[in-house]
Amino acid sequence: MNTPTLLLDGLPVPFSAGQTIMEAATAAGVFIPHLCHHPDFKPQGSCKLCTVKANGRYVSACTMPAKDGMEVENDSPDLNDKRRTLLQMLFVEGNHFCPSCEKSGDCLLQALAYELEMLTAHFAQFYPDRPVDASHPDVLLDFNRCILCELCVRASRDVDRKNVFALSGRGIGKHLIVNAESGRLADTGFSLADKAAHVCPVGVILAKRQGFLQPIGQRRYDRQPIAMQFASLPGSGGNGPEA
Amino acid sequence: MNPPAGQRRLRLATTSLAGCFGCHMSLLDIDERLFDLLDRVDIDRSPLTDTKHCGPCDIGLIEGGICNAENIHVLREFRQQCKVLIAIGACAINGGLPAQRNHLDLGQCLQEVYLTGPGIIGGRIPDDPELPLPLNQVHPIHEIVRIDYFVPGCPPSGDAIWKFLTDLLDGRTPRLGHPLLHFD
Repeated sequence: MNTPTLLLDGLPVPFSAGQTIMEAATAAGVFIPHLCHHPDFKPQGSCKLCTVKANGRYVSACTMPAKDGMEVENDSPDLNDKRRTLLQMLFVEGNHFCPSCEKSGDCLLQALAYELEMLTAHFAQFYPDRPVDASHPDVLLDFNRCILCELCVRASRDVDRKNVFALSGRGIGKHLIVNAESGRLADTGFSLADKAAHVCPVGVILAKRQGFLQPIGQRRYDRQPIAMQFASLPGSGGNGPEA
Repeated sequence: MNPPAGQRRLRLATTSLAGCFGCHMSLLDIDERLFDLLDRVDIDRSPLTDTKHCGPCDIGLIEGGICNAENIHVLREFRQQCKVLIAIGACAINGGLPAQRNHLDLGQCLQEVYLTGPGIIGGRIPDDPELPLPLNQVHPIHEIVRIDYFVPGCPPSGDAIWKFLTDLLDGRTPRLGHPLLHFD
């Protein structure tokens, strides 16, 4: 039997049964922009950055199973315009002040904004008031940068078995909360050794006393754009550079 | 870098609103390329010329966001006079550092800085009528007037500014790729 193959922007990409479009593309070294997807966790398809057109329909590449003969449009002006708009909405919803952020240069949100050439957040800034939580001895929580990807929620629940994080509220009121009566991270069993301490794609969960160990300008996405990092990892079996 | 035959010299104006002049320092960081730039443009209102008002210009570069009433007047003057208006740097584009006060009450801010902060004796909140009134929040300039181009960075590097300006002057669509496009 022939290996099933899909066409990704016209490029034949073989895949194995059960793989999603995202997994097939990553294994082939093709970058599909994404924020809430992480190869170590069950995909949830919430950020919609990975939206592709599969056989003419908009679908999330991280949740859509690959099918033999499927024609997938990924790197097109239409899709990249929509992705850039999603990024712009994320940027104005929170307080993403890159020059003061310890994650700058290692941040997935910022790397995607560079990749998609987002020069302005376009919309009016919300400037929400979100106090930081510095209660934990080893970890700072800066909610200003949260994009609600739920990677920390999934890591704490599914890997660490601690259920430290959750999303609360609905719609524009949705926000990240900490599972303690006081609401403070110090009053949970959270530890720097937890998987959840190392999955945040933006600068919400930060280890203390490590700030700017690596100078700005020499960080992961300062050195090479994110799509090129994927292209240099062909056959990586679904593990992106953040693995 | 002389203007192509038959092409007139262009007029460039620059200003810093709620900014730190870091973007202007970056403009000076184009170093000897300043001579190439001055072969092609005349500088109108700018901290470099100390001209106080902007005449009709081709290009306006705005550093900094909007933090007081005067900023808005200056920005509107630039929009009126400049054919192409460019937001340069983080503060002009998203409010930047000055906007970090946006979740604080302005009155309490002034009280703490001028009256109750450590080491202040006999302080007084500045109230000279010549001082522009601060706004309760700092905002990016595209929320006040239409902006044609954005050059992000805190500050954008001299190379980024040079690439942008030469693209624009040569009639290309300005484009900052890696590694010139930076938010930090």
